[in-house]
Amino acid sequence: MKYKLILSISKSLLLARWKQTLVAAIGVTFSITMFITLLSFMSGLNDMLDNLIINRTPHVRLYNEIQPSKIQPIDNYSQYKNYHNFVSSIKPKNERLEIYNNAAIIKALKKDIRVLGIAPKITAQVIYNVGAIDITGVINGIDVEAENKLFFFKDYVTTGNYIDLKNTPNSIILGKGAADKMLANIGDVIQVTTTKGDRMQLKVVGYFQSGLQDLDKVQSYASITTAQKLMGESNSFITDIQIKLKDMRSAPVIAIEYQKLFEVEAIDIQTANSQFETGSSVRTIISYAVGVTLLIVAGFGIYNILNMMIYEKMDSIAILKATGFSGKDVNRIFITIALSIGIFGGSMGLIFGFGLSNVIDQIPFNTAALPTIKTFPINYNPKFYMIGSIFSLVTTYFAGYFPSRKASKIDPVIIIRGK
Amino acid sequence: MNEIILEAKAISKSFHDPITVQVLKEISFSMHKGDFVSVIGKSGCGKSTLLYILSTMDTDYEGDLLIDNVPMRNKKEAELAKVRNEKIGFVFQFHYLLNEFSVLRNVMLPGLKLGIHSEKEVEERAYQKLKILGIENEAFKKPNQLSGGQKQRVAIARALINNPLIIMGDEPTGNLDKKNSEIVFNIFQELAEVYNQSLLIVTHDNEFAAQTHRIIEMEDGKIIKM
Ligand SMILES: Nc1ncnc2c1ncn2[C@@H]1O[C@H](COP(=O)(O)OP(=O)(O)OP(=O)(O)O)[C@@H](O)[C@H]1O
Ligand SMILES: [Mg+2]
Repeated sequence: MKYKLILSISKSLLLARWKQTLVAAIGVTFSITMFITLLSFMSGLNDMLDNLIINRTPHVRLYNEIQPSKIQPIDNYSQYKNYHNFVSSIKPKNERLEIYNNAAIIKALKKDIRVLGIAPKITAQVIYNVGAIDITGVINGIDVEAENKLFFFKDYVTTGNYIDLKNTPNSIILGKGAADKMLANIGDVIQVTTTKGDRMQLKVVGYFQSGLQDLDKVQSYASITTAQKLMGESNSFITDIQIKLKDMRSAPVIAIEYQKLFEVEAIDIQTANSQFETGSSVRTIISYAVGVTLLIVAGFGIYNILNMMIYEKMDSIAILKATGFSGKDVNRIFITIALSIGIFGGSMGLIFGFGLSNVIDQIPFNTAALPTIKTFPINYNPKFYMIGSIFSLVTTYFAGYFPSRKASKIDPVIIIRGK
Repeated sequence: MNEIILEAKAISKSFHDPITVQVLKEISFSMHKGDFVSVIGKSGCGKSTLLYILSTMDTDYEGDLLIDNVPMRNKKEAELAKVRNEKIGFVFQFHYLLNEFSVLRNVMLPGLKLGIHSEKEVEERAYQKLKILGIENEAFKKPNQLSGGQKQRVAIARALINNPLIIMGDEPTGNLDKKNSEIVFNIFQELAEVYNQSLLIVTHDNEFAAQTHRIIEMEDGKIIKM
């Protein structure tokens, strides 16, 4: 009952000055619209750039590295245990890149509830033979289906069907850059040579375009069996286990754990790609800063208009007080006015912000580097709408706070006497 | 004799700006229910100042004020607002209506604030009050569409809406012509005689004062005759 009265008084005061009120509301609408659009667009771009890497980078990668043994024979000799041993010219021993016992490791990983999925991989250094010229390259032997599920392989196969890689024996999907260099068309057969000197004929079934030009000049994909054949290894041979986790943030901890548990090298995505994280967080900070600045400017607009309104309504405030409205009631009336401007302006802003993001989402955006992107990327994260609405309420509340307090402190005697 | 509804005990007040001047000096008097009292005195003798204190709007004074036998000292701002809402109807020299609201709504506002009756009932009562004052036809106009005399009658209707213990007026006819002053005065008289309404009216009009039950005459911040 009581709040209904305050609401109705606020409404009347608002409508009596509806033009000013509208200007104030438009200020809020504009800033929220820009806030939403800016953040949706920026974060869309961020996601796109991050996905370039993150989509195709395992959260944890298990592999072997050729490196000198950490324990030299002398260290095992008990007599010299407490000595400091100098050994010069250590060479790596003939260790293979294969992950031993990988079947057992994969089995263990599949049981780990933190793991979303696993894709085994073979990385093979090769040389593409094009006539008289040799081009160095890398063939990734992949489990086509797992790779597609975890790393959206299909999205990056721009020409040809990705599943042919599995279904056609001895097939290859060439990186677009590599294919251009070799003038290899779909259906052509190319020849590759492994580092050990073995040669093999492979049929081109598609092109692959990652968005990273340098990568596309070198990388190609084959099925895991083709790669094993190419390297002359058994069907248990793999060099990498790629792991996607349910929670990407836990990758560094899990990487360390697996490294100990499985006695292999393990690298997490954060360590492998730290520069991307920095870039996107800076971009996010900038967009938030601009959005918040817009809102604060709108807040000053509301502050001004309320101040003016209170100045004009001195008499009315004095009368309300003389007829039994308390300072608190008057305060509530003006806070309600401020919040109404905020709610109205803010919700319009959310709607317009959504609309504007939608428009940007329709604008064509074609670039050779990003085969999967057809229009400008927009992230419709409800979080931005939440932040936008909370922020519009908070700024309008504070914009209304001081004028309202001033209004509640008005002494009716001074006003009435002043006439 | 009726019960006492308002009592001033040695009320004094000084202004300190620019120099300390005592405008009210130990004012003591009381009013009974149904009294129709007028306050007269030369300009600047402190009538308005006294009325603002009696209406609880001004709290900066010495002495004691009892309304309905309840001391007003040490009451909080919100409590005093409640007293004004329930027990005091105030009519100013200038009508002070809210132009954002219709005449009817203006009259209703203190009633809605009181919150005892439903909106429907308050509306009904407001309409009744306008009828008593003969301006029910203007109910849905905006105040700035009324004449000065009509506005003052709306202000009186508003003062009446919560059936206050006492109506106070600071020169309510001061801004009106002879004819309208008479109308307003007749209304006050009718309220006093027919409805047994207590009234305390500051006026410069001696003719008006002569027809009230009791005259309080002030000079230099003191009551010299009552
Ligand atoms: N805010 C103030 N500061 C200083 N002095 C004041 C203030 N308000 C009123 N006064 C002084 O107090 C005295 C009483 O003023 P008050 O308004 O009560 O007179 P009044 O009897 O109502 O006069 P009038 O009949 O002209 O309305 C005057 O001398 C006035 O100058
Ligand atoms: Mg006066």
